[in-house]
Amino acid sequence: MNSLILRTTTQLLIAILLLFSVFLMLRGHDLPGGGFIGGLVAAAAVALYVIAFGAGAAEELVRVQPRGLLAVGLLVAVVAGLAGVLGGEPFLSGLWLTRDVPGGAELKLSTVLLFDVGVYLVVVGSVLTMLFALEGR
Amino acid sequence: MNGLVAAPVVLPLLSAAVLLALRGNRAAQRLVATTAAALSVLVALWLLVQVSERGILALHFGGWPAPFGITFVADHLSAIMVVITAVMALAAAVYALRDIDPDREARGYHALAQVLLVGINGAFLTGDVFNLYVWIEVLLIASFVLLTLGGTRAQLEGGIKYVSVNLLSSLLLLAAIGLLYGLTGTLNMADLARTLPEKDPGLVTTIAVLFMVAFGIKAAVFPLFFWLPASYHTPPIAISAFFAGMLTKVGVYALMRSFTLLFVADVGFTHTILLWVGAFTMVSGVLTAAAQSDVRKILSFHIISQIGYMIMGLALYTPLALAGAVFYLIHNIIAKANLFLIAGIARRLTGSFDLNRSGGLFKAAPFLAALFLVSALGLAGIPPLSGFWAKLLVVLAALEAGNWVMATVALGVGLLTLFSMTKIWHYAYWSPLPEGGRLSARPSSLLYAPVVALAALTLLLGLWSGPLIALGDAAAAELLDPSRYVGAVLGSEAGQAFAAEAALAGGGER
Repeated sequence: MNSLILRTTTQLLIAILLLFSVFLMLRGHDLPGGGFIGGLVAAAAVALYVIAFGAGAAEELVRVQPRGLLAVGLLVAVVAGLAGVLGGEPFLSGLWLTRDVPGGAELKLSTVLLFDVGVYLVVVGSVLTMLFALEGR
Repeated sequence: MNGLVAAPVVLPLLSAAVLLALRGNRAAQRLVATTAAALSVLVALWLLVQVSERGILALHFGGWPAPFGITFVADHLSAIMVVITAVMALAAAVYALRDIDPDREARGYHALAQVLLVGINGAFLTGDVFNLYVWIEVLLIASFVLLTLGGTRAQLEGGIKYVSVNLLSSLLLLAAIGLLYGLTGTLNMADLARTLPEKDPGLVTTIAVLFMVAFGIKAAVFPLFFWLPASYHTPPIAISAFFAGMLTKVGVYALMRSFTLLFVADVGFTHTILLWVGAFTMVSGVLTAAAQSDVRKILSFHIISQIGYMIMGLALYTPLALAGAVFYLIHNIIAKANLFLIAGIARRLTGSFDLNRSGGLFKAAPFLAALFLVSALGLAGIPPLSGFWAKLLVVLAALEAGNWVMATVALGVGLLTLFSMTKIWHYAYWSPLPEGGRLSARPSSLLYAPVVALAALTLLLGLWSGPLIALGDAAAAELLDPSRYVGAVLGSEAGQAFAAEAALAGGGER
């Protein structure tokens, strides 16, 4: 679609949407959100870019193969699940690492977050695979 | 170590991810796919040994206890099914090395086969009804893509029928699960087994029949089987054979699980329906098969006919009948998939799946003819092959239950199966090649390897049937005593309480 308004707003919106998708993924830890919805928002951002600039430009923007994202995401998720097994816990058990950061805050890192990152990548990868396949025809 | 219970799902998931990352590197994909399939067999056998030694194993994912978290449960039936799945996946993977073309490989055949394995194993191992639905969806989506991979006209036509009927069945299943959750507030199978007897029997039976229809479509029982012969003959043989062996059996497994653990309040009603469904499935499958001339279609209709025996075993609901059904499952998966693989080799020789256009195979490939005979006679139930014991157990169970009609039907259908197999033998192997036909060169020995192995298994299970019958007995004993399942998932106290209540209720009825 050749629209100046759409293209200008898309360039602004895509950054906000991608940032928002990461926010959703991190927030999903204790509140509504998570890797799945975050991934969908990120894919929606790229979909918007496809509408404004076409599939070719969007593929250049993403740079990596969507199927590669899918594979990496799946690997990350399975490895996050297996991390618990190494610690003698059942599959998919969460392992936690808590660190104090300057400013009195507390940073909680966990395999649960890693799993969410995997889900995020799988969702982005699979939606983009479909999107580019459909737009490519 | 109960973590082992998740291994049959995690291993193929991991290999699917690796295979996706290796897309484009054909040699590496083939190596990883076969290695993963071989590893799966080892893991599955290990699981079966563990279950035999230590009884039912339960794993609560992430350490969330049942009935709140997702539970995986491995009893004898699940473990046996996981083993046979892994064996068939290995056979299909080796056959695929020569059968699947590079284009389909580049489009992700190997990764999809692993995802299919994830779904099947998940369905066999899960102890949660909703989770079962999810695994069935996973295997369905993988099978949709595998069925239409390559995109030929026939494949797409078969694919549409397959997809639409299976989606309808999923919808019914989801509706039934929703009703079940509304009624009981839980979807953990062990917890359901404990809760359902207290609920309104009328509602429970209604939900049970919904489950029967949903799983019945997946298992391709009468009168819901028409999607199967419309689609199974379209993809390459390595895919067809694995589908023919495994996919309907997931439906049979789900029926066996739900109608021994969950819906046993009104056995007189539900299991009588199942009994008649089994009889009609056997008869209609074998009669329609007799009218076909494409080998793959004949075999597809026989899948349906054979499902009937398993349903009959389940419906009779005695220890002998259930053990027979388990034996039948294993025997049939091996013999049926092997017949498909053999038909694939025969087509490479004669150039056609159509019986009217093939012939002369006995002269050209006597070894292939022998392999066909072993599997075909095994399927028909001729001693000393595995099918004989399978039929014997089911028929004995019918006689023991005083059900002469069922025993007669089962024996008659066996005879008609023999007729169909003789027909294939006569046209494709015995009679000379029709005018104008030409036999091509000998196919690769890599195609023969899985066929020989599976034919050997058919023979071995016939000559040395003791161990499998013992496993079937153990599975049947567990299925008929749900308190062991409940005990393994919810703790031994809950199991004992369940057993006590069941005894009390049973005493009240008598």
